[in-house]
Amino acid sequence: MTATLQVKNLKVSFDMGRAGVQHALHGVSFDVPDQRTLALVGESGSGKSVSALSISRLLPDNALIDPASQILSGGVDLLKLSESELRKLRGKEITTVFQDPMSSLNPVKTIGHQIAEVLMLHLGLSPKQAWAQTKAVLDEVGIPDPRNRINAYPHELSGGQQQRVMIAMAIACQPRLLIADEPTTALDVTVQRQIIELLVRLQDKHKMSMLFISHDLGLVAELAHEVVVMRQGEVRESGSVETIFTRPQDAYTQALLACRPRLNQAYDRLPVIEDFLNPASRRLTARAPTVAGGEVLVTVDGLAKDYVIKTGLFSRKTVHAVKDASFSLHRGETLGVVGESGSGKSTLGLMLAQLLQVTRGEVTLAGHSLKGQSTAQIRAMRKKVQIIFQNPYASLNPRFTVGRILEEPLKIHGLGGDETGRQKLALEWLERVGLGADALHKYPHEFSGGQRQRIAIARSLILQPEIVVCDESVSALDVSVQATILNLLKDLQKEFSLAYLFISHDLDVVRFMSDQMIVMKQGDIVERGAAADIYTNPQHPYTQELLGSIPKGWTAERAAALA
Amino acid sequence: MSAVMVSNPHANSLWAQVVMRFRSDKIGMAALFVVGLFFVLVVSAQFGWVGSDWQAEVGQPFAPPHVVGAKADVKAAQETQATLRLLDISDMDPLAPYYDQWQQKTAGVTVTNQVKQDTLPWGGDRIGRDVLQKAIKGAQISILVGLTAALMATLIGTVLGAVGGYFGGAVDDALEWLYNVFNAIPYVLLIFALAAVFKSGPLAKVFSNGIMNVVVILSLVGWTGIYRLVRAEYIKHRSRDYVRAAEAIGASHFSRLFVHILPNVSHVVLVQLSLHVVGFIKAEVILSFLGLGVSIDMVSWGTMLSESQTELILGIWWQFLAATCMMAVFVTAFALFTDALRDALDPKIR
Repeated sequence: MTATLQVKNLKVSFDMGRAGVQHALHGVSFDVPDQRTLALVGESGSGKSVSALSISRLLPDNALIDPASQILSGGVDLLKLSESELRKLRGKEITTVFQDPMSSLNPVKTIGHQIAEVLMLHLGLSPKQAWAQTKAVLDEVGIPDPRNRINAYPHELSGGQQQRVMIAMAIACQPRLLIADEPTTALDVTVQRQIIELLVRLQDKHKMSMLFISHDLGLVAELAHEVVVMRQGEVRESGSVETIFTRPQDAYTQALLACRPRLNQAYDRLPVIEDFLNPASRRLTARAPTVAGGEVLVTVDGLAKDYVIKTGLFSRKTVHAVKDASFSLHRGETLGVVGESGSGKSTLGLMLAQLLQVTRGEVTLAGHSLKGQSTAQIRAMRKKVQIIFQNPYASLNPRFTVGRILEEPLKIHGLGGDETGRQKLALEWLERVGLGADALHKYPHEFSGGQRQRIAIARSLILQPEIVVCDESVSALDVSVQATILNLLKDLQKEFSLAYLFISHDLDVVRFMSDQMIVMKQGDIVERGAAADIYTNPQHPYTQELLGSIPKGWTAERAAALA
Repeated sequence: MSAVMVSNPHANSLWAQVVMRFRSDKIGMAALFVVGLFFVLVVSAQFGWVGSDWQAEVGQPFAPPHVVGAKADVKAAQETQATLRLLDISDMDPLAPYYDQWQQKTAGVTVTNQVKQDTLPWGGDRIGRDVLQKAIKGAQISILVGLTAALMATLIGTVLGAVGGYFGGAVDDALEWLYNVFNAIPYVLLIFALAAVFKSGPLAKVFSNGIMNVVVILSLVGWTGIYRLVRAEYIKHRSRDYVRAAEAIGASHFSRLFVHILPNVSHVVLVQLSLHVVGFIKAEVILSFLGLGVSIDMVSWGTMLSESQTELILGIWWQFLAATCMMAVFVTAFALFTDALRDALDPKIR
């Protein structure tokens, strides 16, 4: 099979000024086969995006490409092309779809203009021809009513539609190679499904090659023909999709495949990278049945949150973020909350943690209603309900040392005795979440994302709460780090009989963590019940759609389709 | 094991890191040196070690600097004066009988007839005062005015901006209204109005001190820009996760306002402070020129500049040069210093 693109021994480093030179790629080689899809898979820092950006040379100015590197396409080395020659290729022969469609589209131009511009520039069409062609392309990527939508501005479209427009722009000139850099990461799971199906259809129809970059192995299994697994600027393993998913050779690939929670597997702990790179310590236990019927810690009754939005000088619009939510949390249990963006799941969590004013309804904590309590009483209650946020880079004050971050809650609530007592407690918790004592005097920026999330967990739990709201607590983390954090949360839950309200858009993760769960859509709870039941037998059509949209990974159907 | 760790607290504390990063910035260190020199000057002038006798008329009017040399007509004038004294007119002088009487009376008083210098180190002004002394004394007043006014304006702007941005709602609306009122009145007109109140109104006694009223006027007029920027920063930060997290652990409003958020927006405040020091030194010049600045028995770079206006027409350039040079050097050094400080304080450390 001929290759559309050959990347040979690509070495890229970044000149970081005073901080020296940072090496991003240490000699990466792969071929993108003709009319096929090659997937680059890896975690953050693996160099997958740098590889893709080097192909169309869209790297930042401080990037240094090794002169011995080669990127061959049709017998031409793309790295040796002049800027003007390259410009002819970009957008015509090689096109790119980026992660965030909103920031990739020009907000002050209609989508029709933006697509027609590409057609006139590269194919030399007249404005009239370009306009007709634009309509055809929009129709092809599934924009409803293209005749009218051609005049729409980007903000008038939903995230999924914006990404369709980006894809329309990318395929308008019939490119030989489409580079898709995490094209669905910013989208909801149901929209992701539609975009993936569109990409697969277009790739097949236009006989183009696709370079698909993703961190999600499940997704890759569904659309790639060849897979390259990368880690820390090196290729760990490459091969056909079947080989990678059925007979992975590399320990890292095996670990990546295993540490993602799967719907059909019920582990008590997730395997982590360490287990594979260091097989001696590997231990997997089957999921123990949960002890049902712990005491009720908190009851939420008819909770609602309205936002009033100014739409004019005097006109107001009320948005119901959460409508009438009721549930109760039991000691030692996890209640999973799933839903797509805008479903109100985070609002619910913030209300439970008393971080948002409740519009209607009641939260009853240990028999006491929180309604009409004084600020001082609410502050005392805060000890019992804690929250772990999504982004550990934002939730830790960059000006505080880790020691101060951990000791502050104790100081506020008058716990832990004196200064030395508090420090002792802080050290104890650092050890419990797997960090050394030297962390105490460091600042958050000196830690990786996973370590920061451990600090955030320690801060929440140092007050010995009974209820912890986990608001997308692992969504910003890499797959392998996610697994270790999820394991830590499970261990801590067991040790302290914590009740978790586990909020996530990631159905696999919620399945792994939850005993009970609720499904939310636009502020409503559409389905509730035991997690295992909902996953095996969803009742509400929306739940069914959600579950149907999850990337399946490597399946027998996919194998049959490829054969 | 932990005891060893604990015994070494804050080994790499934020301030130690700030100092380290600041030290590696050569331009910042040079600027710090210059600013430091000026502060030594200000303190010395405050204690009267330098510049205290700036009012002494030590030279000829408009005595040129040493490098230029004495004016040609000065010597000629002295010679004609000397010949005049030799003329004896006592025969026809009706006051002659009284001279002895007067001489006896004046014998009790010593009069030192100071010899006026022909040239001074950096020239003299209209009445022969040393320009260098004036510039040093002027530095004290100008820097003191600029710095205290900027500090006060920053304090007002930061507190109001923090409160408005953080709480929002009615508090914010009220402060926005206040801001709009202050902003709607033309700058100079507002200064006039305030000067009138402070100089001759019921508050005149309180602000009788020469520089106090300038400081108060400038800070009351100048806080609005800082308020607007700090408010915007607080609106941005109040919904950040780390502030929410602080609320979740039970931190009070005050703690969130000034302990959690303020250090994270301090770079904005610092830059504004430096810009306002520079701006207020210039504003003091304008005020003094309009006669609303420091009182007449004081000297500042502003009064020196307003004097040099008429001098420049006569070709007397040294007073103008002294004031502008000092001002330019200080303002530039101070701006570079705060720039480097901002970089060193930036929390987004890579």
